[in-house]
Amino acid sequence: MTRLEKWMSTLLVLMLIWLCLVQDLLNLGYSKKFHDVILSLPVYLLVTAGSYLLGTLGFRLANFNDCEEAAQELFMQIQEAQADLSSKGLIL
Amino acid sequence: MASHSDIPNRAGSQRRRAKEAEAEAAGAEKYSVLLPTYNERENLPLIVWLLVKSFEESGNNCEIIVIDDGSPDGTQEVAKQLEKIYGSDKILLRPRAKKLGLGTAYIHGIQHATGNFIIIMDADLSHHPKFIPEFIRKQKEGNFDIVCGTRYRGNGGVYGWDLKRKIIRGANLFTQILLRPGVSDLTGSFRLYRKEVLQKLMEKCVSKGYVFQMEMIVRARQLNFTIGEVPISFVDRVYGESKLGGNEIVSFLKGLLTLFATT
Repeated sequence: MTRLEKWMSTLLVLMLIWLCLVQDLLNLGYSKKFHDVILSLPVYLLVTAGSYLLGTLGFRLANFNDCEEAAQELFMQIQEAQADLSSKGLIL
Repeated sequence: MASHSDIPNRAGSQRRRAKEAEAEAAGAEKYSVLLPTYNERENLPLIVWLLVKSFEESGNNCEIIVIDDGSPDGTQEVAKQLEKIYGSDKILLRPRAKKLGLGTAYIHGIQHATGNFIIIMDADLSHHPKFIPEFIRKQKEGNFDIVCGTRYRGNGGVYGWDLKRKIIRGANLFTQILLRPGVSDLTGSFRLYRKEVLQKLMEKCVSKGYVFQMEMIVRARQLNFTIGEVPISFVDRVYGESKLGGNEIVSFLKGLLTLFATT
């Protein structure tokens, strides 16, 4: 089963459960409050997921390692390499 | 063992035999570094110098395979000079007539590699050879089939990215969710593979560019290969221009969705 198929089938199952609850197909007789919660659940989950993604992205951006020292080290080594190579006879 | 077309001198073959004996004692691991190049005339000597330095310091047995795709800027002439300086057992030139792409460059390189491990990396100095001993150490530690360099974990990082580039790192988050690869840097191309593992994966992979690197990991997971990670620093583009454009982003997304839908 491909990832797409897995996602689609999971989504389908969840949607069916949600529809079941919303239409009260099992005749379990919920209070209006519960019914309202169920109705707004998809939107709520979407917003939560979106916020989590944005939050994680922001966190990772803030903690991004800019490794300045690595760049400095590289630049110095480039000079060293160029000197050593021309002493070994490299002609660019 | 690979044959040499030129007549080896006594000192050279003695040295080679000593190295082979040393390698046997150390467990006979040999590392072939594949360097696909296109117009890397300025960077090639530097990356080779850094590679040789790293291998000399760590004592690992290695060879560097330069796969040039007919660069018009004279990369091959520079490569020939390097071969003379460092020896044709260390620097193997295996050029191709024209630009044929990264995937086929790897296949071509594997065919000429005499090592049992293959290291792939960029030739433009964004990947630093000093991490190779750490890859090797990590591989031995966990007996991994693949070791990936990661820019996004531990003290891995990137120098030279502006905010826009960093936000594109957000794409990595997206791929993590869709593909759940168990690897933090999916588009990274600084990796160590067992030779047989790389061969197996090359047979199965069909995509190109960044997506190709991603597909390798996804397929590796499918085939239950073990993967380790090592934080690396990535210094973006010392010489030359960066390659990220709108086109790349579109093809990346297309590739990502294809992988999502087919694996």
